[in-house]
Parts: sequence; C-alpha cells; structure tokens
Amino acid sequence: MFKVLLALVPGIAAYVWVYGGGILVTLILATLTALAAEAAMLKLRQRPIQPFLMDYSAVVTAWLLALAIPPIAPWWLIVVGTFFAIVIAKQLYGGLGYNPFNPAMIGYAVLLISFPVLMTKWPAALQLAQTQLSFSDQLHLIFSGVLPQGVQMDAITSATPLDYLKTQLMLKHEVSSITQAPVFGVLGGKGNEWITGAYLLGGLYLWQQKIISWHLPTAFLAALALISGVFWLVNPEHFTSPLFHLFSGASMLCAFFIITDPVSGPTTPKGKLYFAAGVATVAYLIRVYGGYPDGIAFAVIFMNICVPLIDAHTQPRVFGHEK
Amino acid sequence: MMNAIVNLASLFKSAKDIFPFHGGVHPPENKAQSTQLPIGQLPIPQKIVLPLRQHVGNIPKIKVQVGDYVLKGQLIAEAEGTVSAAIHASTSGTVSAIEDAIIPHPSGLPDRCITITPDGKDQWIEKAPQDWRNAERKTLVASLRLSGIVGLGGATFPTHIKLRADGKSGVHTLVINAAECEPYITCDDMLMRERADEIVKGISIAQYLLGAEKVIIGIEDNKPEAAKAMEAAVNKVDMGTNMQVKIVPTLYPSGDARRLVHLVLGTEIPYDKRSTEVGLQVFNVATVVALYRYFELGEPSINRIVSMTGNVQAPQNFEVLFGTPMLHLVQAAGGEKANTTHFIMGGPMMGFDLPSADVPITKAANCIIAASPTLFAPPPPAMPCIRCARCADACPVNLQPQELYWFAKSDNFEKANDYKLFDCIECGACSYVCPSDIPLVQYYRYAKSEIIAQDKAKEAADLARERNDFRLARIEREKQERAQKHAERAQAAKNDTATQSPAATTDEAKKAAIAAAIERAKALKAATQDAAQTEPAVKPAQTDDAAKKALIAAAIERAKAQKAAALAAGNAPKNVADAPEPVKKEIAEIEARRQAVGLSEATESVTANNTSNADADKQALIAAAIARAKAQKAAAEAAKQASSETEKD
Amino acid sequence: MLTALTIMIGLALGLGALLGYAALKFKVEGDPLIARIDAILPQTQCGQCGYPGCKPYATAIANGEADINQCPPGGDAGVRALADLMGVEYKPLNAENGVEKPKSVAFIDEKICIGCTLCIQACPVDAILGAAKHMHTIIASECTGCELCLAPCPVDCISMQPIGVTPDNWKWKHPVIPIKSLPVKPAQIA
Repeated sequence: MFKVLLALVPGIAAYVWVYGGGILVTLILATLTALAAEAAMLKLRQRPIQPFLMDYSAVVTAWLLALAIPPIAPWWLIVVGTFFAIVIAKQLYGGLGYNPFNPAMIGYAVLLISFPVLMTKWPAALQLAQTQLSFSDQLHLIFSGVLPQGVQMDAITSATPLDYLKTQLMLKHEVSSITQAPVFGVLGGKGNEWITGAYLLGGLYLWQQKIISWHLPTAFLAALALISGVFWLVNPEHFTSPLFHLFSGASMLCAFFIITDPVSGPTTPKGKLYFAAGVATVAYLIRVYGGYPDGIAFAVIFMNICVPLIDAHTQPRVFGHEK
Repeated sequence: MMNAIVNLASLFKSAKDIFPFHGGVHPPENKAQSTQLPIGQLPIPQKIVLPLRQHVGNIPKIKVQVGDYVLKGQLIAEAEGTVSAAIHASTSGTVSAIEDAIIPHPSGLPDRCITITPDGKDQWIEKAPQDWRNAERKTLVASLRLSGIVGLGGATFPTHIKLRADGKSGVHTLVINAAECEPYITCDDMLMRERADEIVKGISIAQYLLGAEKVIIGIEDNKPEAAKAMEAAVNKVDMGTNMQVKIVPTLYPSGDARRLVHLVLGTEIPYDKRSTEVGLQVFNVATVVALYRYFELGEPSINRIVSMTGNVQAPQNFEVLFGTPMLHLVQAAGGEKANTTHFIMGGPMMGFDLPSADVPITKAANCIIAASPTLFAPPPPAMPCIRCARCADACPVNLQPQELYWFAKSDNFEKANDYKLFDCIECGACSYVCPSDIPLVQYYRYAKSEIIAQDKAKEAADLARERNDFRLARIEREKQERAQKHAERAQAAKNDTATQSPAATTDEAKKAAIAAAIERAKALKAATQDAAQTEPAVKPAQTDDAAKKALIAAAIERAKAQKAAALAAGNAPKNVADAPEPVKKEIAEIEARRQAVGLSEATESVTANNTSNADADKQALIAAAIARAKAQKAAAEAAKQASSETEKD
Repeated sequence: MLTALTIMIGLALGLGALLGYAALKFKVEGDPLIARIDAILPQTQCGQCGYPGCKPYATAIANGEADINQCPPGGDAGVRALADLMGVEYKPLNAENGVEKPKSVAFIDEKICIGCTLCIQACPVDAILGAAKHMHTIIASECTGCELCLAPCPVDCISMQPIGVTPDNWKWKHPVIPIKSLPVKPAQIA
C-alpha cells in the first residue's frame, strides 16, 4: 500500500500547485483521523494494532477521501468523513479485507449527502481566482472558517467545470459556447487537468510496479471514452467530448486509485473489465442525467454491490476443464 | 471438444514450440550449491529401515520374518492388489525387526517398517537381466510388478500401472520429465549430467513398453549442462527412436506432469482423464533409469539419487539405499550447521517438514533440505486476504485461490468443490506470492482431507444403510417364507384329504379333513399346532413309500417324539379305508371350531382338489420336515391320538 | 381512484398467475423429506435415538414426532445439518440419548467367544461372521460402531476399539499459522 501512497505524490504536488497548500493540511488531518480511528477500532476488536496500521490501508483511504473533497472545507468535514469511512464502512464490516464497499467512497457519499453545500464549494484554481489565498489564509479558513479581511467567499470559489457545464446546459446553452468559459482548460478543467495528468502518471507507475493490473483502468477509461464518444458524436452541442470526460472530475483518480481497491472489487480478469466498465457507465449517466455533477462515488458503490455477482459469473476456465 | 482445447492451445504456438501455461512463479533457484560435487556414494549404514508405505496405493505384503537373512535386492514385501509396489532389501543382512516406526510423512505418525541390520557384505541376489527387446510387452510389464519401481519424481505412483496396456488408447508420445522446477532440488540435474546414457537406455525401454512413436525430454533452461549431456546421449542412439530434447523456460511448476505436457506439446489433458487417454505418458528421468537397471542389469529398485542440501557443510547429491537413516545422509554432507532447526523432505515449495530427524530415506525422498531461520525465515503472521488476486495470477491451473481460501477457511466445502478445489496441485505458487503471507496451500490441504473424510464417511453410511435395508428385507422375506410355508403345508393337507376323499367311505369324512385343513391354514398361530395336526391329516392319505418317508422325516425332526411319531406313521394307512366313525367324531369337533371362526367350507374344498397327489406328498414332506422342536409335545400327542383312533377301529 | 384500483388488482392477478405458473413449471423435484433426513443420519443403526434404526428416526423427524438432537453418533455436525434441513433452531445433543464418542468398531475376543450367534442376530448391518458353536468375528470395515452387539453377548467378549489415526486416515489440520521450531538431535549415525 505504501507504493499507492507514493503514486499519489505527483497528483498531490500538482494539487498544491493548482489550489495551494491547504490540501496538505487536509491530508494530514485525514491521515491522523484514519490512524486514530483504525487503532481505536482494532483495540476495541482486540486485534493486533501495529501490523494493521503499518500496511497503510487506512492512510490510502484517508488520502483518497481528502483528495476528493474541496481543499478549503472546514477541518471537521474531513475528520467526520474519514471517521465514517474507517469506522463504519471498514472496521464494522470486519476490517481490512472484509469491507464490501470502498470506504473512501462511502465516506465521500456520506459527506456529499450530509453537507452538500460545503462539498460543492470548490476553490478556483489559483491562477483563476480573483484573490489569491496564501497558505496561512487557507489554514485560517480551514480551522476557523474565517476569510482574510475584505475577501468574499465568492471571490475564491468557482464552479467546477462539470458543475458549470451542468448548470449551463440546463440554461440551454451549447457546449461549444460553454467551454469557452475560463474554468475550462485544454482537456478538462483549467488547472484540474494537470492534477488529472499527474494521477495518470502515478497510475502508470502502479501498473509498472504490478500493484494494479491493466484491466481496471483500461476498461474504465475505454468505457468512459466510448460511451461519452457515442453521445458526443450524436450531439456534440449537448454532450462534451470524451477527452473532457477523461480529464474531468475524479475520472483518473477513479481509474487508477479508487476502483483498483482490491477488497471491494472483483478478482477475475473478466470481472474486472465488467466492473470498471460498469463504473464508467453509471458515472457517465450520473454526470449527464443525474442530480450531481460527478457520479464516481455512487457509481463505485453501486458496482461494489454487484461484485459477488460479477465474480461468480466470470470464473475463468480452469486448466483441463472445458468451461 | 477436447480436441478444441488442444487446437486452441496450438494456436498460440510460440516460435520455440513452447506452449506456456497460465501463471507460475520463479523463486530463487538455490540449485548451484548442490551441483558443485559429483553424485556421492554412501557407506552402508548400520541400520536399514524400510517403511511399507513408500508409494501410492496398497501397503505391500511382508514376505520375511524377523531373523531371516536377506540378500541385496531380495523381495521382502510384495505388491498387494493392483496399485501397489514391491519392496526389496537394499543391502544384505538380517531382518532384525518388523515394527512401527516414524515414517517420513507429514502426519508424523508411526507405521509398519522392516528393519534390516546389514552384514556389510552387500551381497546381491542372483540378478536376472531380461532381454527386453525380444520379450513380449505383457510379460515385461507383469515382471515390473516385482521390480518395486515407482515414480521417483516424488509422486511414487507404481510404474507397472503406468506401463500397463489397457487396450483403450495407444500412447503415441512419451514425455520425459526432467524439468526439475522446484528450488534446491538437483538430483535429476546431476543424474542427467552423469548418467545420460543410462537415462536414454531407460527411455528406450519405456518407449518400447508403451509403443510410443515419439519421445520428448523436457528440461528447464537453468540446466544447460544436463541438457547438453542429454542431447549428446540422444544423438548417440540410432535415429529410429525419435527422441527430442526440449528446453522449457525456468518457471515453477513446469515439472508438474500436466504443465510439462502443455509446455512441450500444447496439449491440455482434461481434468478427468489420465494422460494415457490422450495418448501421452510422462516419466521422470530417475524412473527410467530404474527401468534400465531392472531390465538390463536385473536390479530392482533399491536406491535413488537424493539431493542433500540447505544448511549443511557440503551440499551434494548422493546415491542412497532406501531405508538409510536420514542423519547418515546428513553426516555424509558434512553434517548440518549449528542453527539448523529442522529438515524438509522434497522441495521448499511442495515438500513438508520432517516430523523427526530419525526417519529413513524412502522412494519419495528426492531432496532433503536442512532448514535454518536464515534460509527459511518463519512466516510473518498472516494478514487478512485483500482479494488482490495475485494468487490467481500465479496459479498454474487457473484457479481462483482467493475464493478457495475463503471457502476452505469457512468450511464451505461444497462451494470449494464447485470452484474446483480438487484440481489444485498444491504447488504453493499462491502461498509464495501472497502479500498477506497466508498459508493458502495448508487451507486447501485441510479442505481436501476434510472433503475426502466426509466422502468416506458418506460411503460408509451408504454401505451401512444398504446392509441394514438388506437385513430388514431379509428378515421380512424370511417371515413371509415362513408364512407361505405354513400356507403350503395347509394346502398340502387339504390336497391330501381332497384326493383321498373318494377313497374315504363317506362324504362326511372328506368334509372333516377339509375342515381340519382350513382350520389349520387359518390358525397360523404357531408351528406347533400345524406340525401336530399335519400328521393325522396326512396319515389317512398315505399308501406309498414317499408318504411314509415324509412321516419318518417329520418324526426324526421331532427328536423327543420319535417313537410316537414312527408308531403313528406305521399305523396310519390302516386308518384310511375303514374308520369312518372316529373321523365323524373329529368332524363334529372341527366343524364346531370352524363355525366359530366363521369359515365356509365350499371354497376351500374346490381349490384343494386341484393339486396332484405327488405334489401333495412333496409338500407334506417339506411341511413335516420344517416342524419345529417346540412342536415336539403337541406332535407326540397328535400321534398318540391318531394311533388311538386307529386302534379303536 | 377506480383506475388505480383496477390496475393494482389487475397487476396482482397477473403477477399471481405468473408466480403460479412458475411454481408449476420450475418445480424442483427433490428427494422425499425422509430420504433427505436419512441421508444426514450416520446410519449406525444404533437405536440410541429411541427408534429401531436411522430410517425410523428419520421418519419420526419428518412426521414431527422426534426432535433433531437425538442422534449421538451424528454428533453436533449432524444436529446442525438437520437443523439446517428442517429449518429449525439448532439445539445441543440431548444427553438422554447419549454422548458423542469417537468412532469405534467392535472387536470380538476370539478366545472367549463361545459361538452363541446372539451378536450376529443383534448386528443391524450383518457385520459379524460366524456360525453356531464357531468363533465369530467382526468385519471391521462394515461395523458401524453401534454397540448393539455388546449387550447380548453372554460372555462379554466384545469390546469397542476406537479407530486410531493412521497415515491412511490422517487429516490435515485447519491452519493456525504454525511457527515451529523442531528440536534437532545431535547428528549421529544410528
């Protein structure tokens, strides 16, 4: 699991560059909460603590959650989310290896449903914001909710590209004009696309290290590109390009870091393909037709439910057997 | 469909004609240590302990007694049943004990062993080489049963079974397993380097016995010297043999027979078939050398090459007599180093920890590894399975070990079976790659032995049920037979009276007899009554010898009533013609009883008439013979009554 | 309102008909219950349950006359299997019927046996061989260990011998992550 953390570093670096150092605080908070919650639960469950903490699985959950929520959210948000992910979604199901759902995504879904306003209050990328927040300003914002003198919340936040797209499409604008907005970059959201690219880099490292198999990311990205491509070809004025979908929201993080969670995912090669394609499809449908701008978390949770079914029906042919 | 598998596999023909199998691992080989020295010879040990359980199949039957002097190569236990192998004295000496001792088996349990105290002369029995080229295959294979040769790759399956021509399918290709994929083990490697000629001769014998057109020798590419030696030896023999050395990549477990067949031929042997059913047979190199020695030199299987390696001073391969104490072998390799914790028999992947250091070398012992914490660190505590499926990627059978583990751990054996647990070859590749250090193979072994035990218990229960059902059915049948006999007896009586009635002077007499018969038939209560009353009813009818004999037989049966019965029988005939009066009397009695029971006489008399006299006699005979001992008194009384009636006239 | 009601009733009828059809069409023909219970019972035919054999006990269970915890040879696992099959709560073995014992087979001390055939008549599976006034012997492989032959023997020559563990019937244990260090005897040539 340590290599997974390592693979997240480029993404985090890009994140800091785009949104400022506030994310580091969130990451530290998440890590500490995760470790404390895990240790407390292991103690309660009378399990050895050290080997389970040292495998970093809790830290991976914490980081994924931290990277998924807005970096300027108040400190307690990530604490609550991480606590829920570790205690409810992981330990109460039996701890490492027994959780049917991806804990980070459960944590995210809980936060999104419980605190929708905070969860959608994303800061504008630094180069877009009218006012640049320093690291200490961000710290202040996270811990006390206080903005520097004379700065309005609206000045530092901005709708995410997916969010913006959704609202503008509702206003019957066309994609070609929407994407002219400053939040859009070349591939995805301005700035965001760099983070996404860095995730891709980290993901490739994981694949090279044989931590993850090619099946899940490939199937996810291919399915997402395919389904968005079909829609795009049918009506490019209403649907964005596949490239935009691949580089927006949590697509890359999902492809390489979220759906590759082995515990809650399928194990058979064929099953991995189906699972990832399912996540991509559901996520795309939520993005386009659902109530939330991004649907990765719900898509993952939904497909987690299907894992036993997928595994049972994708058993590979055993040597010497016909089927 | 089976061909489809084969064809599919051949689609992926690689340039080198190698057909890789799924998965596999490449652990550190650790083979160089034990190949530095040539194969060594051991001095004759002071004790030879030969366990009877050295092979797959039935325990052989001991043919010697304590105190017997045996020569080297003498048969001391012969194969019992089909799947079994003989055992021979591995040196000359005296049988000093036949008792239970710890055998090299994972259970660590003692089992029957024959102990020989060598006399040091190492004197052979008269060797009987066979001219195999000019002998019939059948006789050769039959004689193999006496050779004690089993698969020396470690499976120890009796070789004569593998060479047996079952007529169903001819073997076209013989695959020689020289892959030796497991780390540490080098006995086949050294054998090929030093005795390639013997191997090739052995292969020729196996090829001849099987009638195989083609021979493929599969060697892993980490044994270049061995491969070179084998190629040279193959090139020396004439071209007609069609032997080919194939180099396969070093990837554990390529030495598994089915994996090797796939590697060299691309054939996937169906899980429920043996290799011979698809025209293939696989032999280990050491096994074919044993064949060569048996047929060309007349030496039965009494020794093998063993790799003594690991934590010993001088790892080396030795030619070891079966039954040699393992520590004798350890000594020969310079003794174990100080931090040795235990010994492993077989390789580190599939071998097992020896329960004791005081065990003999057996036919299965291809390698002994002295283990130390530095060589084999104790496994860290197992973490939960995170379903990473690396085991599935490593599994050469393409199973889903993570699922099997889950089922085995929760004793869900039915599911484990569904996920093809019994296709698992226990190669240990899954345990080797597991990042959570779960001893997966141990779980599979556990589940397998539980399932086998359950199946056995079920078989026993089915057998018990069947036997119990059979017993109950038998008891029921006996009861019915008894009842039927009573009925028959009654009918016989009726017949008698019926046939005799014309001879009788009055209708009433006839009626009386019939009534009596009916009464008896319906009574059925006890044999006593029947037996007793049969007599008087029969008696009036008897005029011929047969009838007399019947009565005599009946009389004899009733031991205590002998005299009375005999008397009655003797007097009976007189009674018939001219004694209506007592009969009338009887009629009255019986009529009364009959009416009490509420039976009509008409129906009975009609059926009674049909049977022939002879039949009736016979039935009477049987009926009488069956009379029981308990009927003795009643019979006596009846006889008396009959005679008294006769006398009255 | 009426429309809704009609639709609901129509749906109920339609789905009900579908279910009824499916129940008939896809009916699973299983073994009769008695046979399935009998398959779980160990077939020792020992009568410890209070019935003259396994089949009668199975019949009694099927008819609801007997409880599922009256079979000591079947043991805890047997009770669990029966509870599972019958869909009832597991309950521990009824001590009145006896206790679970390690599997044994009967053994006749041939020196004492007088050849009375009483045990042969008692054996429910015909696992005893012999004739009157001739020594009897047990076919160990067929003996269910029911102990029914013990009582009739007038000279008490039958004893129960537990089946020991041999390399033949030895089983691998459920792994408990062994970290073993076996002592090694000082090297010596025996």
